[in-house]
Amino acid sequence: MSSMLKVEDLHVYYGSIHAIKGISFEVNAGEIVTLIGANGAGKSTTLNTVAGLMKPRTGTVLFEDKPLIGVPAHKIVSHGMALCPEGRRVFLQMTVQENLEMGGFTRPAAEIQQSIESVYTRFPRLKERYKQTAGTLSGGEQQMLAMGRALMSRPKLLMLDEPSMGLAPILVEQIFDIIKELHKTGTTILLVEQNAQAALSIADRAYVLETGKISMSGSAKELLHDERVQKAYLGG
Amino acid sequence: MMNLLLNLINGISLGSVYAIIALGYTMVYGIAKMLNFAHGDVIMVGAYICYCSMSYLNLPPVVGVILAVIVCTVLGIVIERLAYKPLRSAPSLAVLITAIGVSYFLQNAALLTWKSDPKVFTSVVNLPSLSLFDGRLTISAVTIVTVLANIVIMIALTTFTGKTKMGKSMRAVSEDNGAAQLMGIDVNRTISMTFAIGSGLAAIAGVLLCSAYPTLMPTTGSMPGIKAFTAAVLGGIGSIPGAMLGGILLGVIEIFAKAYISTQLSDAIVFAVLIIVLLIRPTGLLGKQIREKV
Repeated sequence: MSSMLKVEDLHVYYGSIHAIKGISFEVNAGEIVTLIGANGAGKSTTLNTVAGLMKPRTGTVLFEDKPLIGVPAHKIVSHGMALCPEGRRVFLQMTVQENLEMGGFTRPAAEIQQSIESVYTRFPRLKERYKQTAGTLSGGEQQMLAMGRALMSRPKLLMLDEPSMGLAPILVEQIFDIIKELHKTGTTILLVEQNAQAALSIADRAYVLETGKISMSGSAKELLHDERVQKAYLGG
Repeated sequence: MMNLLLNLINGISLGSVYAIIALGYTMVYGIAKMLNFAHGDVIMVGAYICYCSMSYLNLPPVVGVILAVIVCTVLGIVIERLAYKPLRSAPSLAVLITAIGVSYFLQNAALLTWKSDPKVFTSVVNLPSLSLFDGRLTISAVTIVTVLANIVIMIALTTFTGKTKMGKSMRAVSEDNGAAQLMGIDVNRTISMTFAIGSGLAAIAGVLLCSAYPTLMPTTGSMPGIKAFTAAVLGGIGSIPGAMLGGILLGVIEIFAKAYISTQLSDAIVFAVLIIVLLIRPTGLLGKQIREKV
């Protein structure tokens, strides 16, 4: 298996705060990889840095062997990588359809309609509400919209930041089913979650992030049964 | 009765000028999250460009207007690039002070170029006045053209932001520029585009303003600029329909205050209205109430 995303010795600062202290990880094509960890461990910072929204002090990010550090955020999506950000961040005052159009911003106009249709096939709820502004959707629907919007760029690697945040358990299950489906249809997934149980149960491999460092890594199955992980993140 | 009607029409016309200027303030605020206090002075530059092309180069008024729009559009892009872009991640106070600096720079550059003596601006509208009700109501052509221009601009902008890809991406940036970047939208380019549109509109406003009130000086833009800013805040800054509503309301209030209360106090009344509205509705008349779902 070739590595699709390779992050090496990444250091990120917020002002003088050393948020990410030299982490390295990789995501191979076809995998679901999850980063788990407590609040403030640096999971979102890591994803935001990979997506170009934050600049690291040092370190390398390679996507399909192309270096991404220094590439402005708006140019990263066309490399085939999309981030569905923490807190969904859909455009609340724009309609569902317009949100999806924005997701396809870098795609040729002729292909957009077809991609929107395929998002609607995957999320029929969005189709019912295509004219509504995103602000009127429920939390679960907004999450679906955020995912649909990220899929509009046809990413090879989809990064999901806390997709289950603030959702009712039944919706969490639904969202994780969708992630599994996306994976089956060939999308590589990098998943950041606080819901370690759910994340580990669908992932191939996992990294545990603790105050800016990777403290454990391995196959998701191993970590799911690891005593330390169970104690710290699975309420065991 | 006829007087009331005439004052109302004049108010709407003056308000249309404020509205066109306010659009520039509100769009720039919505997208770059900054108050461009130099916006009023771009109006003045536009008026001077039009004046020079008509009086010195003897070009027809239409060409003068087009030149003014082109020069101001470029000026807006250059101001943003040189003065504001380097401060993209600076505290907003630094940007605000810079904007005031740019405003003084433009005024003084105009003073050097065109001197301090007021120029008499020839109206760009050479049409006869409209006479209604057996001549009891006369409306000047500039008044009508100004209102029409405002309507056309409003429709054009609404279509642009609602239907075109560029316009939609501007709305996306104004709502969440981080998320917009994740979509692949170039925020710097969008901000530049916004300055271009706002400044081009400022040129039109400047020409219309000076056609109705023909004294042109380097400080001509500052008071209308401040009033248009007031209009934008009154309507709800960041909102395009808000800028329209705020501008027209402000124009009508100003003319009515001048006609029925006191000419000297009219500005005080205008700003008093702003204060009262903001006390009752801090986000302005059509301002967005921030609602978020968790």
